[in-house]
Amino acid sequence: MSSASQDRVNDFVIKIATVNGTGSASANALLMKSIFRSGIPVMGKNYFPSNIQGLPTWYEIRVSRDGYVARAGHVDIMVAMNAETYGKDLREVAAGGYLIYDSTWARPALLKREDVTVIGVPLAQMCNEHFSGVRTRILMKNICYAGVLAALLDIDLGVIRELLAETYAKKPQLVESNMKAIQLGYDYAREHYRCPLPLRTGKMDRTAGHIMIDGNTAAGLGCVFAGATVAGWYPITPSTSVMDSFKSFADKWRVDPETGKKNFAFIQAEDELAAIGMVIGASWNGARAFTATSGPGISLMNEFLGLAYYAEIPSVIFDVQRVGPSTGMPTRTQQCDLLECAYASHGDTRHVCLYPANPEECFYMAAQAFDLAERLQTPVMVLLDLDIGMNDWMCRDLKWDEAYRPDRGKVLSLEEVVKLEKFHRYLDKDEDGIPYRTLPGVHPKAAYFTRGSGHTQYGTYTEDSGEYQLVVDRLVRKFHTARRLVPKAIIEPAATKTDIGIVSIGSCDGAVREALDVLRTRAVAADYMRVRAFPFGEEVERFLAEHRLIFVVEQNRDAQLRSLLTLETEVEKSRLRSLLHYSGLPISSSFIVSGVLAEVWPGGDRVKLVPSAAVAGH
Amino acid sequence: MTFIPKPKVRHPSLPKNDLGFTRRDYEGALTTLCAGCGHDSITAALIEACWGLSLEPQNVVKLSGIGCSSKTTAYFVSGGHGFNAVHGRMPSIATGANAANRELHYIGISGDGDTLSIGLGQFCHAIRRNVNMLYLIENNGVYGLTKGQFSASADIGTRAKKGDVNQQAPIDPVQLAMTLGAGFVARSFSGDKEQLVPLIKAGLRHQGFALIDVLSPCVTFNDHEGSTKSYAYTREHYEPAVQADFIPFEREIKADYAEGEALPIVLHDGSRIVLRKIDQGYDPTDRIAAAAHIQERLKANEFLTGLLYVEPGQREFHEVNGTPAGPLNRVPYEKLSPGSKGLEKIISRYR
Repeated sequence: MSSASQDRVNDFVIKIATVNGTGSASANALLMKSIFRSGIPVMGKNYFPSNIQGLPTWYEIRVSRDGYVARAGHVDIMVAMNAETYGKDLREVAAGGYLIYDSTWARPALLKREDVTVIGVPLAQMCNEHFSGVRTRILMKNICYAGVLAALLDIDLGVIRELLAETYAKKPQLVESNMKAIQLGYDYAREHYRCPLPLRTGKMDRTAGHIMIDGNTAAGLGCVFAGATVAGWYPITPSTSVMDSFKSFADKWRVDPETGKKNFAFIQAEDELAAIGMVIGASWNGARAFTATSGPGISLMNEFLGLAYYAEIPSVIFDVQRVGPSTGMPTRTQQCDLLECAYASHGDTRHVCLYPANPEECFYMAAQAFDLAERLQTPVMVLLDLDIGMNDWMCRDLKWDEAYRPDRGKVLSLEEVVKLEKFHRYLDKDEDGIPYRTLPGVHPKAAYFTRGSGHTQYGTYTEDSGEYQLVVDRLVRKFHTARRLVPKAIIEPAATKTDIGIVSIGSCDGAVREALDVLRTRAVAADYMRVRAFPFGEEVERFLAEHRLIFVVEQNRDAQLRSLLTLETEVEKSRLRSLLHYSGLPISSSFIVSGVLAEVWPGGDRVKLVPSAAVAGH
Repeated sequence: MTFIPKPKVRHPSLPKNDLGFTRRDYEGALTTLCAGCGHDSITAALIEACWGLSLEPQNVVKLSGIGCSSKTTAYFVSGGHGFNAVHGRMPSIATGANAANRELHYIGISGDGDTLSIGLGQFCHAIRRNVNMLYLIENNGVYGLTKGQFSASADIGTRAKKGDVNQQAPIDPVQLAMTLGAGFVARSFSGDKEQLVPLIKAGLRHQGFALIDVLSPCVTFNDHEGSTKSYAYTREHYEPAVQADFIPFEREIKADYAEGEALPIVLHDGSRIVLRKIDQGYDPTDRIAAAAHIQERLKANEFLTGLLYVEPGQREFHEVNGTPAGPLNRVPYEKLSPGSKGLEKIISRYR
């Protein structure tokens, strides 16, 4: 599959190994964007260290004519720009692949590999000859390898120039210097090597109506469209760019043209405890408010989340998951907060969670999270992960329905309050478990006392067992209502009838879809369900009941989705087999294919008699 | 605590404020604190001040954390929303609530444990942000609800009911707030309603963070001999330094104060605080000198009280953040969404 000997147009993986802080990100983005502009589906994944400068960093570009978005799990072309990781990088190249390196310095003989074509280009030497200044030379060396790849892969230089002109619209001299570096690499490659390689690009028309965007940007944008006005947050990787996104869009679109005033408050808090406190305070007072954080931040927010659950205050929390436990690996991806979020806080608590699978869903689910939070008067958590949040994904164009108006839920207006004889905050008038609420400043009759301590359905203090139980039992009814309102799981039946199912969540989606295609070629058919929200709807229960063997694919060590399914549905545990990927790298389709084939004979109807052990990481 | 319900009947002769409300209209639920608790006197002062300022009850927002002090938000202005949050985190709730609607009056009630131990960080940062609120600490030096542990405001050498002597230096919220740049810093005593009521009024009218640290003895766990937060000790060691009279704008013309002995401070809405120095060596508008003076007197075991520092004209949270003059929670959705055309423009950058 990874053999590079055959002609593989628009189906290969480039990995670029550089040093953090050398400005390689712009060269990599330029390269990826130029492929995307050529109409070819592409994906970019950044594997970066928790560091500002000096540590190794990698960028992986997967060119996929079939539109696969997952990590491929192999490398066809390695651009080895970092001497420190040379050996490791060379070892990673698939047989028949290519290694591009800076031949300004002699390559140690030990890096030889007979099954890999080595392409040397004196990048540093050329840039030193043509550019002055240390910083410029380092930056241009990166742009220069993009030029080499343009020649080797047959990327249109016109597209590259167009992209540079857009990026540096205000600094045209930079377009010329960057183009010069591109041309240096391009010409050298064409002069010294047979161009293009058998692995190359060819123009397609598969990216029209699509954009390349990361999930954090899309989520922040979704908050702007949802009408969020208060954002409280504390910086933490990999969630910070959700807030950066919200602020930059709000700075542009939320400033009143007449008064110059900002129709949003953006508050950097002293910690996550304060961040969620601000969100709860603002939501309680009638604003749409949100925060973004990662696992450690959710840990800190636990106490307040319990208050918001019990006092029934809407709030929206984005958790961009990273590797744990504790500080873990802050710049690597995992889906390890599923249980933490579902049951956050002390006491009996259960929270509404949404699980977007890509940036497109991040955008729509961001807006939906506010509607759900206000309709249900409860915290709603949107769980992204680093892979979705910080990597560029090809998505369909985002669209906005002009008719959309926020669902503010059961908030009594002044007119409604005045008509009431007495307002009772926690009374289940509509028998859906959702009470009515009022906002401060409306009318003295609307006033009530919000408290985390025992309260009656009328909103008054109590230590009476019966009164207390009435309230917590109603919260269960409200959670049942939530089941009907949250996004349904997406179920895709196999072409042929099968009793094998695959259940997955969030960013596993791309890898699972690709794996299903591969499995089909191996005569294994499986129905697929991707859960998109907690609590699970009826369709989840049904899917689990209808399949004899169900693979649960997720990215954590402890099978958290499987635990959640066994806790919250009637499914027998023994029918759920875990495929657990938790290395910190995004899951690949080959991991799933081998995991499934380890238990299912091709043909699909006979299950191997092996214990359901977790399959080791790829 | 008392179990005698208060009749809702209002006697026609009760004095009314500008809105036609009597003091009874600013009361809340029955207190559940111990008989003689200093906090109940503070509640009475709050009721008096809100009535006196003719605040619309629904525009009063009462916020608190956890502890005896934090319970008191239920005991005044029942016509305003209350929020009894989690321990030490009231300032963040207040910040968010204020961000959403700047038009209401935010009263945060906290204790020495809630503010100076578990909530020290949030207290400091609310001051830094200059959230427009009255922050009142009911300071008794002990944890009441958990039965008598020292708090971070306990003085060195003070003796607990069970006999332990505190060895750690106290955190003084007044000095802390002055260091952090607060524009309104006062100290008072729950037993001195005459001093406290005008301070609360002035604090409510001040634009920005207004701190009043109120020494409020705990009759059950910290009112014995050897305690430095008992009624007897406080009465003996508290020193009014500045007498503050609050004069609302509309009555300002009729105010009667002799030039020279009084220092009028004009607030944003034209109201005035008239400060009368009792301690002649004290200047409540000079942050550094005032701080030095407070510290000096504390060394001699004297709590200076009154409006200890005031600086009107500081930019409060909303001014710093450039938010609109009206509440954010009432900005119509049409002004918040870039719309479908806007989105088309936005995503063109990502092609």
